[in-house]
This record gives sequence, structure tokens and C-alpha cells, in this order.
Amino acid sequence: MATEELPSEFDVVILGTGLAESVAAAAFSRVGQKVLHLDRRSYYAANWASFTFNALLTWIQQQQEEPQPQEVQDWSSLLEEGEELIYLSQSNSASIRNVQVFCFTSEEDEEEAPDTTEEEDSADPQVETEEEAEEASHKEGEEPEPPQPLPPPAQNQSEPEPPQTLPPPSQSQSEPEPPQTLLPPAQSQSEPEPPQTLPPPAQSEPEPPQTLPPPAQNQSEPDKKKISYAHLVREGRRFNIDLVSKLMFSRGSLVDLLIKSNVSRYAEFKNVTRILTYRQGRVEQVPCSRSDVFASRQLSVVEKRKLMRFLTSCAEETEEQRAYNGRPYLEFLSDQKLGDNLQHFLLHSIAMVTEATPTEQGLAATRHFLRCLGRYGNTPFLFPVYGLGEIPQCFCRMCAVFGGIYCLRHSVSCLLLDTHSNRCKAVIDSRGQRISCSHVVLEEGFVGAERKRSSTPPRFLSRAVLITDGSILPTDSEQQVSLVTVPPAAGGPAVKMVELSPSTMTCSAGTYLVHLTCPSVGSAHQDLSPLVTSMFRTPESPDHDGPSVLWCLFFNMADGSGVEAEGHDLPENVHLSSGPDAELGHEHAVRQAESIFQKILPEEEFCPPAPNPEDIIYDGDTGDTEGDTVNTGDTGDTDGDTGDTVNTGDTVNTGDTDGDTGDTVNTGDTMNTDGDKTSPGEEEERQAVSEE
Amino acid sequence: MHGRVKVKSTAQQEEEKRKEREKKLKIYVAARDACFSKRKEGIFDDEALQISQQLLSSNPDFATLWNYRREILMHLETVKEEDEVQKIYVAELSFLESCLKVNPKSYGSWHHRWWVSTRLPKPDWARELNLCDRCLSLDDRNFHCWDYRRMVVMMSGVPVDQELAFTDRLIGSNFSNYSSWHYRSTLLPLLHPESPEPTSPCHKPPQSSTPPSPQILSHRVCEEQLLKEYELVQNAFFTDPNDQSAWFYYRWLLGRAEREEMISCVYVCRDEERVAVAFSGPVNAQACGLLLVLDGLPQRVEWRSVHPRFKHSPVWICDFPPGTISDIPNEHNLTVHWTEKPTHRDCALYTGRSESWCRDSATDQELFRSELSVEKTSVLQSELQSCNQLQELEPLNKWCLLTIILLMRALDPLGYEKETLAHFQTLKEVDSMRSAYYSDLCSKFMIENTILKMEYAEVRVFSISDKNLTTLCHLDQLLLVTHINLSSNQLQRLPPQFAMLQCLEVLEADNNSIENLEGVYHLPKLEEIILKNNKISSLSDLQPLASCPKLKRLDLRGNPVTQTADVESKLAELLPSVTDLLL
Repeated sequence: MATEELPSEFDVVILGTGLAESVAAAAFSRVGQKVLHLDRRSYYAANWASFTFNALLTWIQQQQEEPQPQEVQDWSSLLEEGEELIYLSQSNSASIRNVQVFCFTSEEDEEEAPDTTEEEDSADPQVETEEEAEEASHKEGEEPEPPQPLPPPAQNQSEPEPPQTLPPPSQSQSEPEPPQTLLPPAQSQSEPEPPQTLPPPAQSEPEPPQTLPPPAQNQSEPDKKKISYAHLVREGRRFNIDLVSKLMFSRGSLVDLLIKSNVSRYAEFKNVTRILTYRQGRVEQVPCSRSDVFASRQLSVVEKRKLMRFLTSCAEETEEQRAYNGRPYLEFLSDQKLGDNLQHFLLHSIAMVTEATPTEQGLAATRHFLRCLGRYGNTPFLFPVYGLGEIPQCFCRMCAVFGGIYCLRHSVSCLLLDTHSNRCKAVIDSRGQRISCSHVVLEEGFVGAERKRSSTPPRFLSRAVLITDGSILPTDSEQQVSLVTVPPAAGGPAVKMVELSPSTMTCSAGTYLVHLTCPSVGSAHQDLSPLVTSMFRTPESPDHDGPSVLWCLFFNMADGSGVEAEGHDLPENVHLSSGPDAELGHEHAVRQAESIFQKILPEEEFCPPAPNPEDIIYDGDTGDTEGDTVNTGDTGDTDGDTGDTVNTGDTVNTGDTDGDTGDTVNTGDTMNTDGDKTSPGEEEERQAVSEE
Repeated sequence: MHGRVKVKSTAQQEEEKRKEREKKLKIYVAARDACFSKRKEGIFDDEALQISQQLLSSNPDFATLWNYRREILMHLETVKEEDEVQKIYVAELSFLESCLKVNPKSYGSWHHRWWVSTRLPKPDWARELNLCDRCLSLDDRNFHCWDYRRMVVMMSGVPVDQELAFTDRLIGSNFSNYSSWHYRSTLLPLLHPESPEPTSPCHKPPQSSTPPSPQILSHRVCEEQLLKEYELVQNAFFTDPNDQSAWFYYRWLLGRAEREEMISCVYVCRDEERVAVAFSGPVNAQACGLLLVLDGLPQRVEWRSVHPRFKHSPVWICDFPPGTISDIPNEHNLTVHWTEKPTHRDCALYTGRSESWCRDSATDQELFRSELSVEKTSVLQSELQSCNQLQELEPLNKWCLLTIILLMRALDPLGYEKETLAHFQTLKEVDSMRSAYYSDLCSKFMIENTILKMEYAEVRVFSISDKNLTTLCHLDQLLLVTHINLSSNQLQRLPPQFAMLQCLEVLEADNNSIENLEGVYHLPKLEEIILKNNKISSLSDLQPLASCPKLKRLDLRGNPVTQTADVESKLAELLPSVTDLLL
């Protein structure tokens, strides 16, 4: 492996490829700063990543491994006078805990599932990615390679090995080692939950898990072919499973940023097609747009009028509303005499706040929701095709187009502090290279707890990922993308659930990918499994007539909003960014990136529009660069060419048989137009006019 | 080392774009000239087809080129085999698709597509329908596409129920769509016609292969389906009461019981030896085959409308030759035949009577309910209830108020008079831009109510003073009225229709703003006119009165005209019959 060194001088060194870091990287690079962007992981997007099914299994395994106590190398030999070392934390496991996996489907064709060993599994990607990282850092004069969807598909295909924590209940019982769920020991002690062998139902229920063998169910339902675990593994590449579950508000700061910066050309989006809510044991559709209200069968005409009236009157702040400032939103709503139905929809599904939220916040949330409605579709939300992990990568690509250098599996061991100025003048990377820089942006995981100022006790999110065999509210269309709001039950937190269909390219045909998120009270399993059981058919709820859970994963992730923006024990030119927060939108991360950018370059514009490829000139010494750069969008990207898949022309073409393509909102085209509400027809008309 | 990215300056970009445009223009102009000269020379070859295609794909609104293309294609039809022609036309269709992408509202492209589709030897209508649906999904109000689609549906015989489902879909995605609602109103009578006889089932769709033309069938919809439509449209206007498309559709649902065309009244007067005939609507009696039979003998008479301004009028009059019916001791029997319809009406003038008539009164015909349909009262009552419910929620919604007024009128015009007036007042306030419209509408309803009251009282006196009337209407219903009191209203004129009051003897119209008396024209029995406190300003305004032979009393006090010099002598000259003049 080539060991060529990185350039030794940068303006900004950024560690971690999460959303905030990636946006910051793009912003710096765009205005001409030299950016070195590193991540010690083998994949992009940190805790914002999306994995294929098989890569997720690898990730799970990594989380469950004991963090190897890494020897802290002593780099003090590199010190010059008046310098001090600040060692960075080298383990990234602290942000994920309580990982639990369950498989509720049969493992058909067992022979086909190869049982690869752990060593192979962990070793291979390491080597591969390092090579890539090296390559990326090499290509001088050329465009650094754009981020690759990770991990490389070839590996996943060749080694679809299920981690051993996994399924067939019989197997896992026969496993000798009990605590597969791998909580870092300290944590598992603090948790009331005892370390569990898998699957927990086996313990919690008197019945042995074999009495609920999925194959038996399979036979009882001959009409519906049950999807086996082996099938999931085989189809693993069809999955893009997000670690965080968020949606993009159509007029949220992320969408605005994507449009403004032209980064949108690297991705495609789907509308969330409906908003559902779960109450009294039933899933209902929330009528939120005008056409929803019109079509709703559950609302009376009077309710329709009341709802529309409320929504319209919300748009502007009134004296009446101000009178409720400081009082709960619920109080305001109930004084509007809307009735239970509407009150529920407005509070939990539209404002998505709690009963105690003050009126002004509730109204602000409602207004935000309404502003976002109708920009791209009948709900306020977009979801990126191929998963949320695409978004940080898009920003990384923009950074790379403007000269940023990328290395994965490459970290910084310590910061070099100039004791005189109390500024960080350089970093020492994991290979001991000294790289000088003016500013450092760190993902908070790189900083030990002793230097951080964050909430105590640390806040966590509870996450569940389910692969199911059907939609929670089936309709004629099998391509629904749904947000399901679940109001708080019995003092627990409200749960946000997103159900993705294969149209989002995040799960294989015939399956649905369901994400559940809530602020942690206990472990993810404690917080979310009761809801899963009540909404889906699982071995604990075998008689449920909803969709069956085939496979599920529970874990807790550190809540990024727990880290304070200021006040860390770090040099003034070292900036901390945090991971995903519990909110549905991306406001937190975008705000962080922008504030870091403005602290460092207060005079510069944050992410100005990127020029069209044909308007970019290279004044570098290599003549052949231009050609390479123009197609930066294409290299190593599984989604194919990004920007132009749905060009406006195609949409009129009847020759196209596929009705579904029309749904795709390709921001590359659509977002660029400033008049959001212009019908495509008008838009084309305008173009025609301008051409004459 | 690393190639730094630079962005071309705006000036550079502009310059490049300008050059690009110039180049494009040059090519365009050259191609256009080539096309024109070829056409001049009458060349219809493939090359011409190609050049015009290039031009049209960048500018699909070039009508001359489309014409040229059609000439070429028609020429090719004569020289090529059918298979080849088919191929050429199919290619033409896909070319047109690309033109529609450039401009989805190009008249030229749509028209050409229409032309091509109808000439295609083997048309693929499913494909055309698909194209329309895609276009409409992008812009559901593209009327070019709607037009084209109607043609496609007609040609390919799409079943009506499928089309109804299509409108369901469009309305579901956006109900502010007149085109869809309107389309529905043409489909429903086909699919769910009102049963002409109670025995035939009303929801049996007609044979899809040959959809009957809507003209043949009744425009009514069977009640079962109507109720469903009411529900649908209520969902729309409860969701957005300010969207007018749903309200208009609702009005269509409620309305449209059409009146039968008939002769509604025959009046005969012995003194003037005159016959007046009133029809259910305006007709041209000179051209509609009207035949007057007196005592079994067809009469040669000349029909004239009540005022020379009207070619079509609901009231026509004719005079007998002198001496025909003036013999008081004799009885005469008249029949007016409307040979076109055919219908007729008899009228007997008995011995000793000076006049006689035969007619259906407004109450007999439920005339003023007919603007809303004759649904069962209970249905209308429940519609009124839901509108009232909406009005409670939206007290200032004009569409709702107006619909309530219409429903109330359909149910019980006299019983709801008070509420109606109150609602009109609110309407004028919330929609002040249209207050004049509401005043006129309110006047119309007041007149209708007064007519009803008069009919119930069986009198020939029409009195409607102090009701804020701004306009006069239904004057054909006042053919028999002898005494009219319009005082203390806001009338500005007595319009030509006023001449329909053929029996009028006394006209009271004091305290209005009348400037124009055009309609006081050839009223044979008119003796007294009270026009105190109006705005008649010149003698010429009084000119029409000269045509009323029996006018004796005229009160003009409080009009500007009284200030004219020598007004008295001039009036004596103008109106010699007037003996009692108040100035």
C-alpha cells in the first residue's frame, strides 16, 4: 500500500463525515479554503450513514465488539518549542449502545448463507477502504474521487454473512456465549436491564421461542409467501438502512441549502406521500393538505371546515394567539372547539409537539409544517432516494469538486497546541504526519468527555429499524412513503415512525423499511418494542393482522443536541460539531455548520451557488483535468448519474410506460426553479419563450 | 499542485451565451427561408419535412410551417403505401410529443396532433389517452389537452363510467378544476339519466360503444346519484368555501328543471280588437309559425312585438281588421296555434265582455321555483341545513349566502322572504364589488314574490312600493295588470319590456330615479302616469308617452324637465291627449 504523505498544509482540517462536518467542509472548500476531511470510519456520513443490509450487519458486529484498547502512541517527539499535545479520543463506540437484533423470519436455505468468520469480515473492508483513501489523497491535479457509497458492494455480495448474534432462535440458544448484545460493560451495569441472550422473547416468555417458529406461520398462510432471512441477505444490496431517521422539511434549512448551493444536483428525492397517526390501536391517515381534507372519509364536513379554517387562520399571528403565549398549545387548541379528532391531528401530527408545549412554539411548528406543504407534494416532507446517508456524501462531493481532500480510515491522533497563543497550529494524523492548519472542526466523538461541555446525564435517542412484509396502512399504491406520528403513551415519549417503500430505494421489493425514533427513557428495546408489538405481528403478537416484522434492530444513539455549542475546553480555533439530534428535520446540523463557518470566515458567503460544470475553468498545471472534473458526479456512484434522471422533458412523454417516475422530485431540476408553485407546463413555456 | 477551480466571470458567460444565440438565430433564419422557398416552388419532399421539423421543434407556434407540413403529408399519402403512411404519421406523433414538451399549450401542436390522429390509418387511441392523462397530471387545466382528450374519448369510445372515474381522480387531486366538474356534468346525465318513466332503472349505463349524444337525453340526473354528488360537492365547499368551481357545480346540480316551451297566455280585447299572446320564453312570432284562428277561420294577421327593439319577445300582439270582434253581443272563440311545437291555446270572448284571457298563472306553473329543480322538498331541506351549518362557520362567505338564498327560494319563496332580504343585505356588505348585482337579483326575487301574492289574491293590481327595486323583470307575467305601483324604489328607467303591460291603465312610479321612459310605448289603455320626483330632464324623454292614445293624467312634479322654458305649451303639443298635467 502506498504510503504517500498528505500535503502538510491546510486551511481547515475536519474530522468526521457527519452532516454538519460535511456541510462545513463543502462551505469552506467552496470559498477557496484548502480542506482536509478525514474520518476514522471506513464509511462516509458517521452516524448519519446508510448501509446495505449486509453492511449494516457488519456495522452491528462492530458495535458489539469490545472496543479494543488502542495504545496511545506518543507523538511528543514531534513537538517543537512552545507546543503541547492534546490527544483525541480514538474510539467511536460511545455514541452507540444497547444494540439488539432480532430475526423473526425463517432462515430458509441455510446452506446458502455462508458462515464467514469474523476476522475476514472486519479485516477486508479495512484494507479496501484504506486503499481508496490513499488513492483519493493521491490524485493530485485530478479530482479527488467522490465519496463512494459504502461499503463497496462487491464485498457485501461476496460475503453476506450474518453476524452470529443473529437469528434462528434455535441457533442463538445453542450459542455458548450469552451477552451478545454487547453493551460496553460499564453501561450495562448502569442499565437496569440485565444482559440478555438473544432473542429476548425467549427469556421474557415462558415459552421457548421454538414454539413460535416462523415456518409454522408460513404454512398457515400459504397465500403470502414469507420472505426468509436468506432472502434478505441475498437482496441485501437493495437496502439502504439509515442509522438516523429524519425527513427533510420542504422549506427547511437543509432543502434551502441544497437548492442554494446547487448540491441538490447530486441527489434525487421522493415525496413523503402521506402522514399517518397511530391512536387507539388504529392507524389513520392525517388529512393535512387541501386535497387530503377533501378526500378524507373520516372527517365530517363540519370538521373539514373547522380544520381548514384553523390551518388558514394559523398562517398569520393574531392577537387571539398572542393571548395564549406561555400557555400550553393544547389549551389553545381545545379553546378552538375543534373536537378530539382534529385536536389530535393538529397537536401530534402537524405541530408534532407535546401537550405541554407552549402555544407560541406549537403555532410556530404548525406554521412551519404548513409553509412546507405543497411545495413539492401533498405533504411537507421529502426523503432522499437511496437514504439519508446520501446527503452528507453530496456535500462531501461538493467539497471534493472544489479541491477538498478526503481520506477514510484515517484519523488525527492529537492536536498541536501553541501554548503561546492557545491556538491549535497543526494536527498529527494517525500515521504521525504533522499537518499544519488554521482551523479544526471535530465531530464531538473525537473529544474526551473531560473536555466537553454537554448535558448530564448524556441524552440518547432510541432507535428501531424494522424490515416488514407489508405496509402499516395498505392502499392501492404500494409506493407510499409514510410518516407515522405516535403520541406519547403512559408517560413515554412521542415516537416518530417513518415507513419507507421500495420506491425510495431503501428496501427490496416486497418489503418495507420502518424506522422508529424517540428520545430515550430506557434502552431502545425497552422504549420501542412495546409499540412494535402493538403495531406489527411479531412472535409476541402472533395474532396481529398487521404486517409481520421480519427482522429488527434496536439501538441507542447519542443525542447530538446534548452537546453545547460553546464552552468546551479546547483551543479557540477548534470547533466542535455534534451528531444527529432527535428532531425530525435537519435544522440542528445545518445551523451548526453555518455557525462554525461564520465563526471562522465571517465575511464569506455560506455555500454560494456552485457554478455549472461548463463554467468551471481549471488553471492548474495539468491539462487533462477539465475532462475529469466535468463528470465528477458520476464516478463510483451506484445511483448512476444523479442530476438529470428526471428531466422535465420526459415527464410529458407518454411513450414512457412507467407511471411512477413522475413522482420523483429531482431537486437537480425542480429545486433550481425559484417559483416553487409553477406548474411544469408553465415552466416549460417559460423555457420555450426564453429560447426564441 | 492541485488544479484550483475558477469560475468563469459573468461577462464571459454572457458573451458565450450571446454568441450561442447568434449562431442559433442564423441557423433558424436560414432554415426558415429554405422552407418558404420550397413551399413556393411546391416541393413536398422528405427534406422539407425535415427542415420544418427542425424549425418547429424549436418554435412549435409557427402556423405556416404546420400548414406546409400538412400539405406535404397529404401529398405523401397519395404516393406511398398505407404501411408507410402509417409509419410517417406515427413518427409525426412522436415528433409532436417533443413539441408539446417545448410548449404544452401550443395551439399549432395540438391542432396538428388532432389532424394527424384523425388521418392515421391505424390510430392508437390508448396511447393518445395516455398522453392526455400525463399532460393533465402536469397541468390539470390545460384546455388544449382537454379539448383534444374529448376528441380522443369520442373517437375511441371510452366507456362513460371510466370517464367519470377519471374526473373523480382529477377532482380528488385538486377540486379547483372547472374542467373536471364541467366534464362531470356532461357525463352524469349519460350514466345516470333521470328515469323518464319511473319503471326504468336509472343507473344502468348506456352502451359504451356508442355513447348517446347528450343533446338527445335529458340533462337531469337520477336522484340516487344526485345525492352522491351533493355529498361530493359538499366535501369540496366545506373544505374550501372560497373556491367557486365547486359552488358552480353545486348550482348546476340544484338547478336546471327546464320549462316547457308553451303559449302561457292569450288575451283578447274587444275595444282595441287586439290579441296579445305570451309565451314561456322569448320567441320570434313572425318566424315560428303562429296561427290565429277566430271562430274556426284562420286569420291573416300581422304579429308584432310589443316594442320595435325586440325581434324575440315573450309577448306578441296583433290587431284584427276593424269590426271583426267589436260586436259586443256576439261570442267569439279564438285559438292560437304554435305550429312549430306544436301546441295551441284557446280563448273565448263571451257575449257582453269587453276582454277575455286564458292562461296558466305563475302559481300554477310553480314558475319561480323552476330555476332550482323540483327535487323532493326533503332533499332541498337537508341541503339548506348543511349550507346553514356552513354559514354558521363562515358567516361572511358569499357563495354560501347566495346558495342559501337560492335554496330558500326553491323551497318557499314567500315564507323565507325576510331571511332572504337579510342575507342579501349581508351579501352586499361582504361583496360590495357586486352589490349592484345583488340588488338586481333581490329586485327580481321581490318582483317574483309580489307576482305570487298578486296571483294568490287574484287581482290585477301589482304593487311593489318601497322595496329598493333597482330593476324590473318578469314583465311578461304582468300582461294583465291594470294598475302598477312602483313608487319609492330606485328604478332608473322603465325599460322596453315595460311595453308588455298591455292592460295597464294606471302607472304609479313616483319617487324613483327614472330618467328614461322607453317602455311606456303603445300602451293602449294607459290613462294615468304618476312620475313625481324622478329625474326626467328633457321633453324628448317624454316622447314615448305620445304613443299611448288614452293618456289623460300626467304628474311630472319634481322632475328637472319642469324647469324647461315653455314646458306647458310644448307638452300640450307633444301629448295632446293629456288633460290633467301636474308640473
